[in-house]
Amino acid sequence: MLAKRIIPCLDVRNGKVVKGVNFEGVKDVGDPVECAEEYNRQGADELVFYDITASFEGRGVFLDVVRDTAKKVFVPLTVGGGIKTVDDIREALRAGADKVSVNSQAVKNPQLIKDGADVFGSQCICVGIDAKKIAENKWTVYINGGRVDMGIDLIDWVHTIEKLGAGEICLNSIDADGTKEGFDIAMLKAVCDNCSIPVIASGGAGKINDFYEVFEKTGATAALAASLFHFKELTVGEVKDYCRNKGVIVR
Amino acid sequence: MIAIIDYGAGNIFSVKNALDYLGLESRLVSDKESVISADAVILPGVGAFPAAMKKLEATGLVDTIKAEAQKKPFLGICLGMQLIFEKGYEFEETEGLGLIKGSVIKMEEPDLIIPHMGWNKLEKLNECPLLEGIGDNDYVYFVHSYKADCEDSSIAAYSEYGGRVPALVYNGKYVYGAQFHPEKSGETGLKILRNFGELI
Repeated sequence: MLAKRIIPCLDVRNGKVVKGVNFEGVKDVGDPVECAEEYNRQGADELVFYDITASFEGRGVFLDVVRDTAKKVFVPLTVGGGIKTVDDIREALRAGADKVSVNSQAVKNPQLIKDGADVFGSQCICVGIDAKKIAENKWTVYINGGRVDMGIDLIDWVHTIEKLGAGEICLNSIDADGTKEGFDIAMLKAVCDNCSIPVIASGGAGKINDFYEVFEKTGATAALAASLFHFKELTVGEVKDYCRNKGVIVR
Repeated sequence: MIAIIDYGAGNIFSVKNALDYLGLESRLVSDKESVISADAVILPGVGAFPAAMKKLEATGLVDTIKAEAQKKPFLGICLGMQLIFEKGYEFEETEGLGLIKGSVIKMEEPDLIIPHMGWNKLEKLNECPLLEGIGDNDYVYFVHSYKADCEDSSIAAYSEYGGRVPALVYNGKYVYGAQFHPEKSGETGLKILRNFGELI
């Protein structure tokens, strides 16, 4: 049986992890490569590197981080942030990424999903979605880090990207993000019930039971968290042990 | 030296990174002489069967690969594993390398999430040198939408996902194929690659 995946996300700015914490045995708390190695030791099923650098110079440093990590950590790596063209995808994959995550740019230019999938295969193209509730069982898609409402119905968008060749969806709830009150079960359920590609749950994880709940109540095949793992409130291993004891299949 | 065939399909650097990490000497190659002089050959690949087969044909390596796979350890990974079979049915019927009897078909089950993406358990079926030291609870990383349809005797290990998915195939001699990505399967994957390196 396929195991549910636990995925830590590392936000990287100018080659350093944002909001880094003091892991035992990790000398430089801001070093993304050391953090990635630590998450790997904890049993992370995949890693996501998110580039929040705004500058051209920062991009090179970011890709060096991916390159160095890919030489030491042998689990799938996803790169997000700053992917605007097929060449950007190629560059990320050449640096050692296995997948890229496209979000705002996919909304602005949906053809990027199709072009990326045609050249590199659907398995490389994860579409990140930020969505917010507007009415009961109704959500719209936002871009630019959740700041701009595009007025696009979430479920319509899910159908669109699946047709364009997206291989996976990373669904972030703007309402749940940062609340630590658990994943957005209603939104995740609606999306999982309306597509046949894997869905990663993102936004809202605050306690260990949140992970069990999202796997129990929705069809999400993976759960992602950033600050929870950064701030060492929980380790990936603890989350997996807890889920395993409750009957969820994890690696 | 392990020759990693570079024919423009997939993330060959991941395979190279893993072999480097294990201290196994390897080279990315796309010429006959390098394949012939290598001690072992790895055929990686992601993407679609017909496009990959065309790219492989364009390198002029098909006949060399078929011949060398009878003489030295040969490992196909992911799409490279699928190309080992006689035929693929992704988009259109395409002839494969024919190193192991069987074909490659779409994974179709109602309500099955496709691609089969993530970590799944290896269930051993037949003896295989690459499974040396691999336990019953070891997971490996998959990402694919098509699977091999072959005889049980060729399957060293399978995983359960809407039925049996051949995970590791072996012809009993030199030809091995991994549907999963050993280079992305943590310690378990590295162990499998180390086992492959020990065949040299």
